[in-house]
Formats: sequence, structure tokens, C-alpha cells
Amino acid sequence: MVSLNTKIGKLKLKNPLMAASGTFGPEYAELVDINKLGAYIAKTITIKERIGNIPPRVIDTPSGMLNAIGLENKGLHDFIKNKLPKLRGIKIPVIASIAGDSAGEFKEMAKALSRSGRIAGIEINLSCPNVKHGKRDFLIAQDEDATYEIVQAVRKATSLTIIAKLSPNVTDIAKIAIAAEKAGADAASLVNTFVGMAVDIETQKPVLGNVTGGLSGPAIKPIALRMVRDVYKKVKIPVIGLGGIMDHRDAIEFMLCGAAAIQIGTANFVNPLAGVEILAGLKRYMEKNDIKDVKALIGALKG
Amino acid sequence: MKQLKAKITENKKVAAGFYKIRVESAYLAKNTKPGQFFEVKCSDSNKTLLRRPLGAHRILKNGIEMLYEVVGRGTQALSGMKAGGELDIIGPLGKGFEPFPGKKHAILVAGGIGVAPLLALAEKMSIKRPGAHVIIGARNKAGLLCEKEFKKLGCFVMVSTEDGSKGHKGYATDILNHLLKITGCRSSGIYACGPHPMLKAVARIARLMNVTCQVSMEEKMACGVGVCLGCPVKVKAGGYKMVCKDGPVFDGREIAW
Repeated sequence: MVSLNTKIGKLKLKNPLMAASGTFGPEYAELVDINKLGAYIAKTITIKERIGNIPPRVIDTPSGMLNAIGLENKGLHDFIKNKLPKLRGIKIPVIASIAGDSAGEFKEMAKALSRSGRIAGIEINLSCPNVKHGKRDFLIAQDEDATYEIVQAVRKATSLTIIAKLSPNVTDIAKIAIAAEKAGADAASLVNTFVGMAVDIETQKPVLGNVTGGLSGPAIKPIALRMVRDVYKKVKIPVIGLGGIMDHRDAIEFMLCGAAAIQIGTANFVNPLAGVEILAGLKRYMEKNDIKDVKALIGALKG
Repeated sequence: MKQLKAKITENKKVAAGFYKIRVESAYLAKNTKPGQFFEVKCSDSNKTLLRRPLGAHRILKNGIEMLYEVVGRGTQALSGMKAGGELDIIGPLGKGFEPFPGKKHAILVAGGIGVAPLLALAEKMSIKRPGAHVIIGARNKAGLLCEKEFKKLGCFVMVSTEDGSKGHKGYATDILNHLLKITGCRSSGIYACGPHPMLKAVARIARLMNVTCQVSMEEKMACGVGVCLGCPVKVKAGGYKMVCKDGPVFDGREIAW
């Protein structure tokens, strides 16, 4: 028997596989047993309802997909009152994902979610590329000070495990991760999507209603992998790797580069069984290579 | 809803740019309703990463057929799949057509590839088929699909082409307007599928003539089950509904055209 036990802050997970925010949910329950995964991260919520961006919101590109959903959600109150009760069948830790315009908003959401008693942790979405936050013309995760301010506000508001979700649209992602660590984040998850766009040459217009969108999928994996390694070398908190993980080989590459856990996003749309298949593949790899504990893989990159 | 690997029994060109694929699956045959759709993996290559949503065209005894137009990389790859191979398919998905309570007379309006789900409806639904009107519109004669199939079912079929190469020169909605005016059609219900401007026009005519109508909408899609919120359609009540989960069939009055 191999051990897949994973610890992220106070969170004890039975394995390092997480479903990434906005890509998975009880809607898939007929197709896959969600409870086989290590944790489930819900779609990002904001204090107030957001109706989201005009369509088209998604398009696939070679080896990837662009999305510009625009954080459509019914708001914090609806999430606690109506969404959380629907997660009754989910026995694995549920992690909420939050975004906001100010430290005050993040704080309020973190407090309310802590009080709900149904949430095991909070991922702070500092990096959605498809919305504007308040008066800022940059993403929170593009600025060390803003990252520090928001993470610290959430840290003061909750004792739950908090994960800072970082953007790859930066010059030096390690600097941002260090700011999140200093502010009290229990872990950093990376990477969110890369800002990109697609053009329709027949109409000579952008394909997406929002013009630009976030690129995910296999196309971004090599860059995400490099960024996970950059961050792993600079921080002590666990790094959660994501970005184009489609199979167990991809997952193992991320772990070797320093990821203590990994998230599956776009792959869920292609194959809803991706998470459980990756888990099975990871187990097979460990048995074949006589690796008793999955922790032995973290950062074990040679040379 | 299931994810399954279904055996392809046929995948053939039915007109220039249009293909029909048939797969074997007792489950899909038994559980699919007209108006529902499937998320189809068009190739194993990452060049077409996302699945493509395709409507049920025919619901057979031991399988289903999907009629599709080759419009991009995904459908291009799908058109190359061979009988005997397997198709990775998730479905049936979404909400299909509903019978109009008390309505005796159905009018089906199709634009281009919009005939696809309407044939399943004509074949399977408890509408009075002989006597149902089917209006098919296309750009030209070559793009007119399924005329024969509807006629075989005993439907009155009327066609229009934008270039006048067959039938009425103009739009399907011209015929619809005329038909409603001459028949009065108070007891009619309209089912429509086609390009957005056509559906908008159908919904407008239905509203003006006080006839109920159901429209099957299309939008670019990722998950197909309501998780990603990638396929919105604006509704009059405010905000968006999702084509994949709340639709693809909507009451025409519900949409903010």
C-alpha cells in the first residue's frame, strides 16, 4: 500500500488530487465519484452577484482553451444559503474560492465562510484575468503589496487553511508567492490562466465577447511547470501545481518540480474521469517505482 | 447521463459540408429525448481539446444519429472518423422539446443545420405528424436538408432558399408569417432551430401572432453539464441562463433577443 496522504496547512487530504475552481462540481456526480479526489474547490464567489461576461465565453485553441466567464456567480449569501446545502454528497474537504474588490470584501467573505462550518479551506482568487477589481488596472497577484494586503486581511479573518491562487501573468511569480507567504498564506496554488485571445478571420472580430480570455490546458503546461519550480525553491509553504495537467505523467512532473498537491481543471471538460484516472496512474507509478509515500516525490527533481 | 464509448456504425456525407454519424448504444436510444444533445470527443488530438455539442437527429432502436455541419477543426476531425471505430460521448444532456398542452397543430421551422433536432422531434414526439408543417430554410438548394425524411412522415414541407434556387426565395420566416396569417393558427405551436437571427425572427412572429414557440439555442460550450458557465444566453428575467443545462430548448418568450 502506498500512502497518498497530503497535508496543506491544517487540511488533511487522502490524496493530492484537487478539482480546480470552476471546472468541477456535483453536476458531474452521475459520471464520476467526486469523493475519490482529495479536495473539491468550488467556483469563485464574490460578495454580490455578478452576471458574467457576454458570450462567447469559451473557445478551444490548439492544445488549450480560452475562457472569459467573468466570475458569474450569485454572490456570497446565495452560496452559503443555496449552494453549500447542495454539496451534501461531497464528503471530501470543500474549499471555497473568493474574489473581491477590496481587503474589506475579502475579509467579510472569509468570516462568513468560516462561520458556515461547511468549508474546510479558502482559496483566494487573486488572479482572475477576466474581471476588473475596483479601481485597479492590474490583477491583485500582479503586485506584491496588493497580494500581501489581501492575504493578510483574509488571514486575520479566518483560522481556516488559506491558499493564495497566483497569476502567471507576471515577471517574477516567486516574488508574489513570497509576499503571500509572509502575509500568512498556508499554501500557494499556481498557475491561473494566461491572458490570451482568438480571432475569427471571417468576421475579423475577436472570438470571445470579452475580447481577451484566460488560456489553460496542455498549451501552458511547460510554463506552469517552470513557475511551480521557481516558487518551490523560494517558499516554505506547500505549492499546489496546476496548468494543463491531463494525465498522471503531467501530475508527477508537477510533483517532481515541487508541487505538494495538484489541481485538475480543463482536463475535467475533456474527460470528467481525468481526476480519478490520474489518481490511479499516480498509484501505479509509485508501486512500480517502490515509492511508499507520495511526499517523496515533492521536489525530487534530479540534476 | 453517461460517458460511454459507442461503436460508430456509419459516418457519411449527406450533402456538401454536412455529415451524419450513427452510433450504437441501447442506453442512448432508450434515454434520449428530442431536443437533447451529446458532448462528443471529435479526436484524440489536443488540436481539438474540447468536446463538441451535437443534437440528437434520430433516436433509433439501438442507437442515435447526429447530423452535423463541418464548421471548424472539431467537426472536420469528426468527419474523418470511420465506421467500426468508437466515439467517446457524454449524454444525453440538457432539456429537450416539450409538448404544447392542448395544441393540435405543430409548425417546425428549421434553418440550415437546424433541421437536425427537429427530425427527431417529428419522429418521436406526440405531435400530430400528418398535418404538421415543416418549414426548411437554407442559403441555397444544396444546403436544404431532410426534405424527404419529413415528407415520409407525412408532414407538409415548405422550403425557402436565400438565392431562390429552390422553393420560396427569401427566408423560412417569410413562409411562417404567411402560414400563420392564412390559417389563423390559434391552436398551433412552433418548434424552431437555426441561426440566431432566424430564431429571433421566429420568436418575434410568434409573439405578434400570439402563438407559443420553443427555440433550440446554440452557443460555444465547454463542459456541457452546467459547471463552467461557458454557454450563456441572455434572458428577459435578467442575467443569463446556460444553453447546456437550462436549455438548449427555451420558450421563445424567455430569451432577451
